[in-house]
Amino acid sequence: MVNLKKYNDFLKLFVIFLTLNSIASCSNQQYYVTKIEGKKVPINNTNSQVAAIENFVAPYREHINKDLDNVLAICPETLDKSTGKWQTKIGNLMADVTLQYGTKAFQLRDKKSIDICLLNSGGIRSILPKGNVTARTAFEIMPFENSLVVIALKGEQIIEMVNFFIAEKKPHPLAGITFTIDKNKLAKNIVIQGKPIQNDAIYYVGTNDYLANGGDNMNFFKKGIQKFDLEYKLRNILIDYFKDVETIAVPNDVRITEE
Amino acid sequence: MKRREFIEKTAAGSALLGLGVSLSSFGTSKTKHLTILHTNDVHSYIDPFPADHPRNANMGGVARRAALIETVRKENPNVLLLDAGDIFQGTPYFNYYGGELEFKLMSMMQYDASAIGNHDFDNGIDGLRAQLPHAKFDFLCANYDFKNTVMDGFVKPFKVFNKDGIKVGVFGLGIELAGLVDKNLSKETVYNDPLEIAQDMVRILKKEQKCDLVICLSHLGYKYRDEPNKISDIKLAELTQDIDLIIGGHTHTFLDKPTVVKNKAGQDVLVNQVGCYGINLGRIDFYFDNDKAKAIDGKTIIV
Repeated sequence: MVNLKKYNDFLKLFVIFLTLNSIASCSNQQYYVTKIEGKKVPINNTNSQVAAIENFVAPYREHINKDLDNVLAICPETLDKSTGKWQTKIGNLMADVTLQYGTKAFQLRDKKSIDICLLNSGGIRSILPKGNVTARTAFEIMPFENSLVVIALKGEQIIEMVNFFIAEKKPHPLAGITFTIDKNKLAKNIVIQGKPIQNDAIYYVGTNDYLANGGDNMNFFKKGIQKFDLEYKLRNILIDYFKDVETIAVPNDVRITEE
Repeated sequence: MKRREFIEKTAAGSALLGLGVSLSSFGTSKTKHLTILHTNDVHSYIDPFPADHPRNANMGGVARRAALIETVRKENPNVLLLDAGDIFQGTPYFNYYGGELEFKLMSMMQYDASAIGNHDFDNGIDGLRAQLPHAKFDFLCANYDFKNTVMDGFVKPFKVFNKDGIKVGVFGLGIELAGLVDKNLSKETVYNDPLEIAQDMVRILKKEQKCDLVICLSHLGYKYRDEPNKISDIKLAELTQDIDLIIGGHTHTFLDKPTVVKNKAGQDVLVNQVGCYGINLGRIDFYFDNDKAKAIDGKTIIV
């Protein structure tokens, strides 16, 4: 222990030094964790609301609702992707519309037409109910931001595509092509845009960017010799179609025949 | 003689000398309390789920989250509010307004920082850049190199927050973009190894910046059971040291409570994630003392 009486003067200076030193080091003082408590706090209807936030959101919400709930067309019957073995009405409608509207965009950009459209059954996320059709319906059916891609495939790859279709046994949306499945589960009479398939011909296949990149194991798309990103969202294609028609044209034609 | 005791004993002398500066607070042990609040993968969910929703009926909602945050701030003003990314994509609010409303609301709630999620690229890197003027909080990502993109200069690797004298170092990590984000969207963004970067960040924050607490704000994902070699929050916690807390996202993992993981130095690290869609708010309270002995005696973790 320091002897206070004996070193009084020295101590004065030392204490001043120490004081200043301590003040300087105060801001750099280390802190150490002694206790941690962690929990999940649920947010539900027992919580109150901040009015300022609610009022801030309201005009955005009203604008979206008005836009989404505006009636664009009428659907004569409910279209459900779960009704149909090889094809569904909702799937074929989507493929038809994608082929038709995609071709418009493709013509403008590259002066080419889409021959075939293949989408995935899994990409249809909701039914198209009978009655009023709105943009909200399109958001429900197609919540993803997928956009239209056109892949140039040779006839051989189209045959691969058809074989994949038969093996998968899923009613993927399909347009521009018809074929027959024979008793041995092999494809025959493949017809594209009204003409029999030619092995060396180039066909333009419209699909979504997810499948074009090999999604859902559609690897034949990776063998494409050319790829065109049309930057046209599939949902917007659907909305554009709904805006253009008064009544949804439900496709009833047979595209895949089973012997 | 220990320095601390010495200061205590000379403090009286200092007061007698009439310096007018009390040193007593330096001698006695001082405690502080910091509350970390966090969300992840809110995905543009602004309104609560409707009452007839099959899974999340009546849950979530930004106005309610704001009220909860206000309550916590009243209880303890020392709050750090963080988001672990994927703010964008999931409701028409994003399709119509491109993330503007999400950023404005987070700014109103006084978020301090956010990580960058893969879906935050959904309107392209230009779409993200366009919304930045609406965000009054920082974007933290140490392992994306934005040098050759429009985001250059708008993302920090880390930020040191001074909360009532507590130095909190927060750094961000993003998930591998290849296979997850279309190159047309992320453009020239370069992904660097999160583990290496995390080690650099910890050295800077702990050794150079002398932070009292180091938090990693991550969008790497909680854990990948089928891909054990893939970097995740749990792996990151195990393979590093000096990270106190990892706040994660991406995998939409609903943890009832934070996971306590031993790091490579055998110390405890907390890893937390609170699901998605703004259904939960994560809350972690840290209590500090300037007396190292109290920390060494053993910190208490209550989860």
